[in-house]
Amino acid sequence: MDTQRTLQIKAISGHPGTVPGAGAQREVEVCKLVDVTTCIGCKACEVACVEWNDHPFRETVFDNTYQTMPDTEWNFFNLIKFNEHQRDDGSLMWLMRKDQCMHCEDPGCLRACPADGAIVQYTNGIVDFNQANCIGCQYCVSGCPFNIPKFNTATKKVHKCTLCSDRVGQGLEPACIKACPTGCLHFGTKAEMKGLAENRAAQLREHSEFANAGVWDPQSIKGTHVIYVLHDVTKPELYGGLPANPQIPVVYTWWKYALKPLSLLTVALGAFAVFFHYIFYGPKRPQPEPPVVAEENHADQNRKNG
Amino acid sequence: MPTKIVRMDEQMRAAASNGRTVVYEGELLRHGVYTRVVHWAVALFFIFSLLTGFAIFSPWLYAWIAPVFGGGALTRLLHPWFALAFCAAFLLQMINWLRPMRWSASDHRWLRRIREYATNKEKLESADVGKFNAGQKLWFRAIAFSSIIFLISGFAMWWPEIFGRTLMWIAYFFHDVAALLVLGGFIIHFYEGTAQQPGTFRSMTRGTVTDAWAWTHHPAWYSEVTGRDPREEHERAARRQQERQRLIEEWEREQDNRE
Repeated sequence: MDTQRTLQIKAISGHPGTVPGAGAQREVEVCKLVDVTTCIGCKACEVACVEWNDHPFRETVFDNTYQTMPDTEWNFFNLIKFNEHQRDDGSLMWLMRKDQCMHCEDPGCLRACPADGAIVQYTNGIVDFNQANCIGCQYCVSGCPFNIPKFNTATKKVHKCTLCSDRVGQGLEPACIKACPTGCLHFGTKAEMKGLAENRAAQLREHSEFANAGVWDPQSIKGTHVIYVLHDVTKPELYGGLPANPQIPVVYTWWKYALKPLSLLTVALGAFAVFFHYIFYGPKRPQPEPPVVAEENHADQNRKNG
Repeated sequence: MPTKIVRMDEQMRAAASNGRTVVYEGELLRHGVYTRVVHWAVALFFIFSLLTGFAIFSPWLYAWIAPVFGGGALTRLLHPWFALAFCAAFLLQMINWLRPMRWSASDHRWLRRIREYATNKEKLESADVGKFNAGQKLWFRAIAFSSIIFLISGFAMWWPEIFGRTLMWIAYFFHDVAALLVLGGFIIHFYEGTAQQPGTFRSMTRGTVTDAWAWTHHPAWYSEVTGRDPREEHERAARRQQERQRLIEEWEREQDNRE
């Protein structure tokens, strides 16, 4: 994780205590904007991703679509999802969405992860996996609302899109952004991208037939660092199952961060309880015991001792 | 129970008969070699499973327990195998103890006296307490019950690629709850078997207990294996003790007079 040198960390998975680097530097939040209305499905971003990350060319599955493979994989972070959509007037429309890690402000993977330092969140919003610390339990797989982390069964490590943290840390834009020929992909600060996206959505609403055009930036996970401009923001599910209200499973929030530590503390206090039980009541000896010579026993003895 | 399983248990006992348990005068055989070996197999794999599991359970435990097992990744890798070994050992133990662990009417009465039991109010256990008391039987059942939960939820967590992402976090919760249950039970079990009841731990090491231990903690079992009445034997031992005390004091007085 070379990027640690240039990127400050604000959250660490499975980490007891404070986070070094939290609030240490003045840093803006970064954001990737995907304007699906200008995506032509050329897959240049897919290739750029594979190239930059030096991923091997993996086998795919043909399932009668233009989609490269059914889902993202541990060595294929960036996938254009092709969805054929029939409009109300019966005409056909392509809904193409670039699927990858959303870099949530409240990441379910990081919450679920039990391994110290396996998942980190930088102050600029990038959520990054550190495979050296990954223990291969796959809790992140079940904690993610978008089914993004993917398990490599050979190495027992989980991988996903890094938002090119190694490029961003050096002041470069992510590889997918650099490769996009249509200007469908943008990269900048969250505020900038949000503004750009809102402008584009307004333009779509006013100058085209997409009256429901809008920006997808789900607040159920405090926003994401990948935002979409959608033709119809009221139906994000049409774009290959993009959830409108992504939720982190409650066991990785209320249970893991409140009830579970309390329960553990309660049970651990049981060890103290039996210790003090011994101090207070003493052992239960086989009978008959040796004759009792003296006994500190409640009221009368306490009176005597003052 | 199918006779095949009973026969297997008997064969295992026979195979372990090379081991040695010496019963001296004033002692009783509590646990044979086979029972002890099975119990320690259960105990060791239980502790290994518990430690590797609780390392992953909480960030506050991870940093110092995981290194003991060679780091987080190895801890994660070992945990399900320790757990499977534990389940296999416990299955043998379950077969071995199915009869003495059977629930009876006396166990209901024991549970009603649990406050007196826990505060050492009763010096002698009630005469109807057999080889295992209701507390031990409950612990046995808690382990059996949570093992089933561990197994089902464990497989869901082991292979989310087969059972799916949703089942995984549901399993995570039940796995946690079962873990807390057995951790609490283990603390009590360990305490009762060591500091709380002197003379108990040896029953799982050398296999024997003293007569006095038996008529104090498991009177019905005492009469079952000796044919004697636990209360009478206790009275006799108490009288013997007093008589011995009296004779010693008499002898001491005589010595004093002679001087």
